[in-house]
Amino acid sequence: MTINEIQDELIDEFQMFTDWMEKYEYIIQMGKDLPLISEQYKQDDNLIRGCQSRVWLHADYKDGKVLFTADSDAIITKGLVSMVVRVLSDHTPSEIAGAELYFVDKIGLREHLSVTRSNGLLSMIKQMKLYAVALQSQEK
Amino acid sequence: MSATSTISPAVLDVEKIRKDFPILSTMVHGKPLVYLDNAATSQKPLSVIKAIEHYYTHENSNIHRGVHFLSQRATEAYEVSRKKVAKFINAPHDYECLFVKGTTDGINLVAYSYGKQFVKEGDTIIISAMEHHSNIVPWQILCEDRKANLKVIPINEKGELKMDEYKKMLAEDKNVKLVSVCWISNSLGTINPVKEIIALAHEKGIPVMLDAAQAVQHIVVDVQDLDVDFLTFSGHKLYGPTGSGILYGKEKWLNAMPPYQGGGDMIKHVTFEKTTYNELPFKFEAGTPNIEAGICISAGIDYLNGLGIEVVAQYEHELLEYVTAKLLEIPGLRIIGTADQKTSVVSFFVDGTHPSDIGILLDKMGIAVRTGHHCTQPLMEIFGIPGTVRASLAFCNTKQEMDQLVEGVKRAVSMLL
Ligand SMILES: Cc1ncc(COP(=O)(O)O)c(C=O)c1O
Repeated sequence: MTINEIQDELIDEFQMFTDWMEKYEYIIQMGKDLPLISEQYKQDDNLIRGCQSRVWLHADYKDGKVLFTADSDAIITKGLVSMVVRVLSDHTPSEIAGAELYFVDKIGLREHLSVTRSNGLLSMIKQMKLYAVALQSQEK
Repeated sequence: MSATSTISPAVLDVEKIRKDFPILSTMVHGKPLVYLDNAATSQKPLSVIKAIEHYYTHENSNIHRGVHFLSQRATEAYEVSRKKVAKFINAPHDYECLFVKGTTDGINLVAYSYGKQFVKEGDTIIISAMEHHSNIVPWQILCEDRKANLKVIPINEKGELKMDEYKKMLAEDKNVKLVSVCWISNSLGTINPVKEIIALAHEKGIPVMLDAAQAVQHIVVDVQDLDVDFLTFSGHKLYGPTGSGILYGKEKWLNAMPPYQGGGDMIKHVTFEKTTYNELPFKFEAGTPNIEAGICISAGIDYLNGLGIEVVAQYEHELLEYVTAKLLEIPGLRIIGTADQKTSVVSFFVDGTHPSDIGILLDKMGIAVRTGHHCTQPLMEIFGIPGTVRASLAFCNTKQEMDQLVEGVKRAVSMLL
């Protein structure tokens, strides 16, 4: 699936929820579902500091594709992180670098990308893109 | 005095008071707003909003400069406001009350100017373990610059200052130049024994600065009774506008300190060779200040005085006790900050959850709380938690809102665990 197909799939999944609490229950479920990162990568090197919660991000580059794993100490952030990982992981650096993440807005979660939230999500997306851009220039 | 003062058991007509705060009828995500972030900033009563409008409609002009009608009117309003502030904190002279931007600005002013004059290599500044970053970082900057030492009064597990340690510091260190502590902790709600802290320091001739950002809205302030040397607070936490604040300083210190900033208004005479400084308070008020905020800070004070601060304190204390008891019924919930003397702040942590998760879910229920470290990171490390959920109360909150908070936390926890 392309990045946009995955985004559309997520938007679809969220369409069935009618109220905020259901949406958040789903996000929390996604957050609980998997420990996203192996403990060895949960170090300060991989830590993206938000004011509120912490996010760890690890990237692997294999067969022309970037594989992201990530984690957070807050479960809602973790759910949001897992969505971003689901969208961006397993794509080529140029696909990731050029991706426009519209699903956050469409699902109505834009506030989580705001500066005041400072949950590390925004910094994590920046970091993912930077990583992709760096790989992109290596490829050339 | 403590917040449990029994001076007046009168009840506040909270429903009527709430009508004075237009913002409290805001709907958030389809639910009525429950505003429990009063320690971050208070909401403004109509009288303050109107005072701001009045200033721009009838008084706006630069102050202390013009001979014309409006300038005199604005200057007059500004100086009347200063007098009201002086009365509010019982300052001996209104020129000892400097207009600043807020608490942060007030502390930075003292760190810079007092530090420049009085702090040398090897000297010591004492703060406490429960300080806001605003009362840590300016001293760190000063101490780094001067090669001075910053010492920290530790706290016990209830979030109270260890006074024995403080006494030991004063006894063992002959080079303490200033003690700067908060009157009330913004993340724990602890009311510190400031009168004792000041008296102990004065025995050694050491001046004391109080960060009163969380005190002025909950406690009667009398700088003469305290005999405090410096005291600072923010207007925006006192029902007044942002950008307003007060630094009270004893005349003898302010006169001995060099100016903080140079510019207009703070000078007597300027040549390129030498400038002579203006007298107090103008020596410390360089440039065009936030005139509107300076004038309207006293509108917030008027409002609070109208209710009576003792009555307010009593009501807020009742709310605090009520909500604390109810919250404690939630399994796994720990209150962070259980000092015997406490006011208006309830900070908590629920085992197995992250404060930010609870905050996000409460927001969706229309409840505004603060989550995180509350600009007191070192303090959170002492308690070994990433932060807390903090509900901070004011007289415009109701018991019903406390119930909503408790139900909200229960619901959030059941979703998260
Ligand atoms: C105890 C304390 N000190 C200082 C400050 C800083 O105040 P301001 O941001 O208004 O300068 C605050 C505000 O949160 C506070 O609670």
